[in-house]
Amino acid sequence: MKNKKSFMENPAVQGILSALICIVIGVLIGYIVLLVINPAEAGTGIMAIMKNFFNYPIGKIGMKYFGSTLVKTAPLIMCALSICFCYKVGLFNIGAAGQYVVGAGVSLYTALAWGLPWYLCIILAGLGGALSGLLIGVLKAFLNVNEVISGIMLNWISLYCVNMLLTGVKEPSSPYTLPLTGHGNAGLIPSLGLSTLFNNDKVTIAIPLSILFAILVWVILDKTKFGYELKATGYNKNAAKYAGMKEKKNIIIALAIGGALAAIGASFLYLSGIENWEVGRSSVPGMGFNGIAATFLGALNPIGSIFSSFFIQHITDGAVFLDKTAFPSQIPDLITAIIIYLCGFMGFIKMLLAGKKKNKAAPSAETKQEGGKQ
Amino acid sequence: MVLLLQYMLLFASVLALVALGGCFSEHSGVINLGLEGVMVIGALGGALVLKYMPAGSPAALIVILTVIGAVICGALYSSLLGIAAIKFNADQTLVGTAMNMLATAVASVLVKAINLSEDSSNTSSVVTYIENKPALTLRIGDFEFNWFMLLALLAVIGAYILLYKTKFGLRLMACGENPQAADSVGINVYKMRWAGVLLSGVLGGLGGIAYITAGSSWTFETGVAGYGFLALAVMIFGQWKPQRIILAALLFGFFRALGSVYSGIDWLAAMNIPSTIYNLMPYIISLVVLMFSSRNSAAPKSEGIPYDKGSR
Repeated sequence: MKNKKSFMENPAVQGILSALICIVIGVLIGYIVLLVINPAEAGTGIMAIMKNFFNYPIGKIGMKYFGSTLVKTAPLIMCALSICFCYKVGLFNIGAAGQYVVGAGVSLYTALAWGLPWYLCIILAGLGGALSGLLIGVLKAFLNVNEVISGIMLNWISLYCVNMLLTGVKEPSSPYTLPLTGHGNAGLIPSLGLSTLFNNDKVTIAIPLSILFAILVWVILDKTKFGYELKATGYNKNAAKYAGMKEKKNIIIALAIGGALAAIGASFLYLSGIENWEVGRSSVPGMGFNGIAATFLGALNPIGSIFSSFFIQHITDGAVFLDKTAFPSQIPDLITAIIIYLCGFMGFIKMLLAGKKKNKAAPSAETKQEGGKQ
Repeated sequence: MVLLLQYMLLFASVLALVALGGCFSEHSGVINLGLEGVMVIGALGGALVLKYMPAGSPAALIVILTVIGAVICGALYSSLLGIAAIKFNADQTLVGTAMNMLATAVASVLVKAINLSEDSSNTSSVVTYIENKPALTLRIGDFEFNWFMLLALLAVIGAYILLYKTKFGLRLMACGENPQAADSVGINVYKMRWAGVLLSGVLGGLGGIAYITAGSSWTFETGVAGYGFLALAVMIFGQWKPQRIILAALLFGFFRALGSVYSGIDWLAAMNIPSTIYNLMPYIISLVVLMFSSRNSAAPKSEGIPYDKGSR
C-alpha cells in the first residue's frame, strides 16, 4: 500500500497518466464525431488515423512511411521545446508558429539563393528565429506588451514577409519554392545511412539532432544555474528580482532561445527536402500550434515532448489514410485541439489521481497545494 | 471614397463588437484569448442560418435569426472557457489557444461533413449564402449600409451604460479588480465571471458573423485570420473602455479597409505599393500601438488569476 501511494504521487507518473487520460478522451471524442458523420465507416476511420504507417505491411514500405512521420516529428519536437522552454519562464510563446515560419524562410532562402551548406542554413535560421523571439521579449520586458498578442501579430507579419522573400526562389510554373535537389544540394541535411535504414531519402540526421536538442534543453533547465534562474523567474518574477536575478534579461533570453529552437525546427523539415514552401499560402503552418499540444501533453518535460510530438504527428499523418469522400481531413486537428483543451484540466486530473490513493483520514494539504498552483 | 468609408465602418464594427466582448470578459477577471475561436463558431452559426433560410423570407426575419444563431453559438462556445477557467481554474492562455484551434477544426469538419453529404465530390469547407446575404445590407446611394454597423454602435452605447451606470457593471468590474473584496461584500464572483465570459461569447459571435458577411461565402478552413487577436489589441489600445474602444476600432478599420480598396483610389494605386504591404498593415500597426499603450495599461488588476476563495 505504501509503495503504491508514493508511486501515484510521483510527478512523472502523474504526468504520464494524465497525458494518457487526455489522449483517450480526445480520441474517444474524435471517434464519436466520426460516428455522427458516417456510422458505417467510423471504426475503420479512427483505426486508419491511429494506425498511420501501420496501414502498410511492416517491412520496407511501412518503414518508409514511419520515416516520413519521423521527419515531421523532428520539427514538432523543436516547436514543443521552444514553447516548453518559454513556459518555464512563465511565458506563453505562441509566436513559435511565426518563428517557425522565419526559420523556413531563412533556411530555404540561404540554401536556394546563396547555395550555403546545410549547417550554415540551420544556424542562420536559428539566428532569424532568435531575433523574432528577441523582439517579443524586448516588447514584453520593457513595454509590458502581452507576449501572446505580439506573438500572433508577428506570426502574420512573418508569414507575409517570408512569402515575399521566397517568391525570389520559386518555381516559375508553380506556387512552390524550387526543390533543393538540383538547386541547392549543399543545403540538404546529410543522412549518414539513416535513409537506407528507413528506405526513405528524406530521413536525415535532423531526427537524432532534435532528440539531442531535447536532452540539451532538459539539462539546461534542470541541471544548470542558468536554468534555475529562468525557472525562478517563471515562478515569481518579483522574488527572482529580489534575489538579484535579472528578470528582464531572463525573459528576453528565454524568448530568443525559444525562437531559435522553433526556427531550427523549420529548417530540419525544409532542408530534408520533404516539402517545399508555397509562397501564396494564406495561413500560418500548424506546426507551431501543434507544438503547444505536444508541450502540454509531454507534461512540460523536454523528454516527454519527444513522445508526445511523435504521437501528435502520428495521428496528423494518419489523416492521409482517411477516406476523403467519407470524412473531413481535419479530424486529427480536432482530436489534437481537444487534447490541448483537456490539458487545461491536467492540474485537476492530477489532483484526482493523487487524491484517489489517499486515505479518507488525510484530506490532504498536498492535494490543495496541487490545486493552488494551477 | 464611399467604398473606403463602407469597408472602414464594417471592419470597425467587427473589431468593436469583438473588442467589447473581450472588455466584458476581462473586466470580470477572465482573459478570453479564445475570442478568435468564438468568432469562428459564431460565424458558423450565423452562416448556417443564412444558408438554410429559404430564399425570399422577409429580410427582417433573416437578420434577426442570423444574429440569434451567431449569438447562441458564440455564447455556448465561450462556456468552454467558463467551465475550464472559472470552475476548474485552468490556465486561461492555454484554454483560449485550444479554443482557437478547436473552433477552426470543428467548423471545417462540420462544414465539410455537410458539403460531403450534399455532394460527395465536394470536399471544400465553403459555406455559400449569396441568396440571403442582401437581407443584411441596405443600399443608401452608393453606400451599402450593413445592419451590423448599427448593432456595433448600439453595443458600444449599451456597454458603456451597462459598465458604468448599472449595479451589474460596477459589480462585474469589481470582480476583475479585487475579487476577494467583491466577495466580502456579498457579490458572487463565480456568477459575475460567468456573466462576463458569456457576454464576451455573445459579442464575439456577433463580430464573427459580421466579419464573414463582408463577402457572400466563407472558407471555414482559414478561420478569421487573427481578427480575434486584432480585436484584443483594439481593446488594449482602447484601455478597456467602450468609448475609447470604438475610436481604436475605427482607426484599425481604416487601415484594414485601405487594403481592400486601395486599387480603386487613384493616387494610392499610382504609388504601386505591393498588396502584401496593405495586408501587413493592420498587424504592424497593432504591434506599434501595443508598444505605446501597454506600458501604463489600465488592465483589470486581477485578470487571468483564477479566483480562489481561500487565498488572500
